[in-house]
Amino acid sequence: MVSITNLHKKFGSLVVLNGLNLQTPENGIIAVLGPNGSGKTTLIKSILGMVIPQKGEIEVNGERVKKHWNYRKNIDYLPQIANFPGNLRVLELIDMIKDLRGKEARDEELIDLFKLEPFLDKKLSNLSGGSKQKVNLVLCFMFDSPLIILDEPTSGLDPVSLIRLRKLIQQEKAKGKTILITSHIMSFVEEISDRIVFLLEGQIYFNGTVEELKTSTGEKDFEHAIANILTENHA
Amino acid sequence: MLKILKYSFYDLSRSLWSYVYFFFYLLLGVVLLFLNNDLSNAVITLMNVIIILVPLIGTIFGVMYFYNSREFTELLLAQPVRRSSIFLGQYLGVAISLSASLILGLGLPFIIYGLFQSGAIWDFASLLISGVFLTFIFTAIAFNIALSYENKIKGFGLAILVWLFLAVVYDGLFLLSLVYFQDYPLDKFSLVASMLNPIDLSRILILLKLDISALLGYTGAVFKQFFGTGLGAFTSIAVLILWVIIPVWRIKYISAKKDF
Repeated sequence: MVSITNLHKKFGSLVVLNGLNLQTPENGIIAVLGPNGSGKTTLIKSILGMVIPQKGEIEVNGERVKKHWNYRKNIDYLPQIANFPGNLRVLELIDMIKDLRGKEARDEELIDLFKLEPFLDKKLSNLSGGSKQKVNLVLCFMFDSPLIILDEPTSGLDPVSLIRLRKLIQQEKAKGKTILITSHIMSFVEEISDRIVFLLEGQIYFNGTVEELKTSTGEKDFEHAIANILTENHA
Repeated sequence: MLKILKYSFYDLSRSLWSYVYFFFYLLLGVVLLFLNNDLSNAVITLMNVIIILVPLIGTIFGVMYFYNSREFTELLLAQPVRRSSIFLGQYLGVAISLSASLILGLGLPFIIYGLFQSGAIWDFASLLISGVFLTFIFTAIAFNIALSYENKIKGFGLAILVWLFLAVVYDGLFLLSLVYFQDYPLDKFSLVASMLNPIDLSRILILLKLDISALLGYTGAVFKQFFGTGLGAFTSIAVLILWVIIPVWRIKYISAKKDF
């Protein structure tokens, strides 16, 4: 689905991605993990073409990302921080994105799922962080794209919405989609992901299943296995 | 790009500032007509205001809009839309809506006053055309600056400095060099120097149109000789167009390389 070869990205003198290579399987949930500042968001934004890498090649579905834009119609993206134009109303924003994509959308079903009806006429600047994140989720999931990229999808959500989100992600996976997720909630990652990709110093340090991660680190518990990688490399 | 333009318009049509500019121009037009009681005189007074204010408004509004629509831009960047369409669409949205405020705000009082029956119609038209050019030029410069500087304070500061330089300081330097080099023939120099600054160029074009170039003294004669001809008119319009094209091209160029 996504194929990345020798990706380099520097911001000034700060090296964020340093020759990263990654091939994602055709379907399943892949969690991209790593310490703060390890380049998770940069990697995701490079796939989306929002960050322009200095070197390297990215292909999505066999289409090159560099200087192209049409491939993005096959990607649903959930940004990390739900920053929306504050003077728009929720419904206006949803209609606008639908109009831009010009694609079939299941917005009503998702609005219902996240109980957003009472907020539809409110301005986005007046919404709480959690409600904004729900709008963010609706915008992301309303198109039926084969690749879904979720940057910290759990942030600000209440437990009920979190359960609904988990179910939604599983449903999408069952449709045979590729889902890339970053998250700091280890229990969430452990529960839903098929593969773990661990970023360290701008490269992929580990790429395998949760079980493989546990055996390779000799830890029984997922959270400790991750902590193990971090302490070993910083000791 | 048309969709982006549509949403930029939509966004701007709900912004209070668009209406503030519209009513400002409207008030300006009405007051000047009332005070001067004559179309041609009002056009001359208006020129002095437009030459300085239109660039300032274009600069400030352009920078402000760009920084304020950052969220909107980021949202669009993840959509299947060409990058250049996003930025050019936003630029055109701002430039066209500012031009519309100018044309409608000034046009309405003049039309009501009887512009179409008067001989001043072409003078007025040249005023509006220069105003539209200046709006497109300075909005593009503002977008360039805002794209280059993440820091809003720096961006605003630099944009104001650029305006100040082209509107005031440039003329000062120009004048100083004329005084300093007065022993040399300066007609070519002054022609070129005034061509390089869009504000000066617009001012000369309007003055010549108003046929009061006698006010310009000796250089006025030289200017009239050059700008009055077909070649002069063609060259000055071409320079104004270049002043739009170069910054717009640079918007496209920087935005293609920028990380968000």
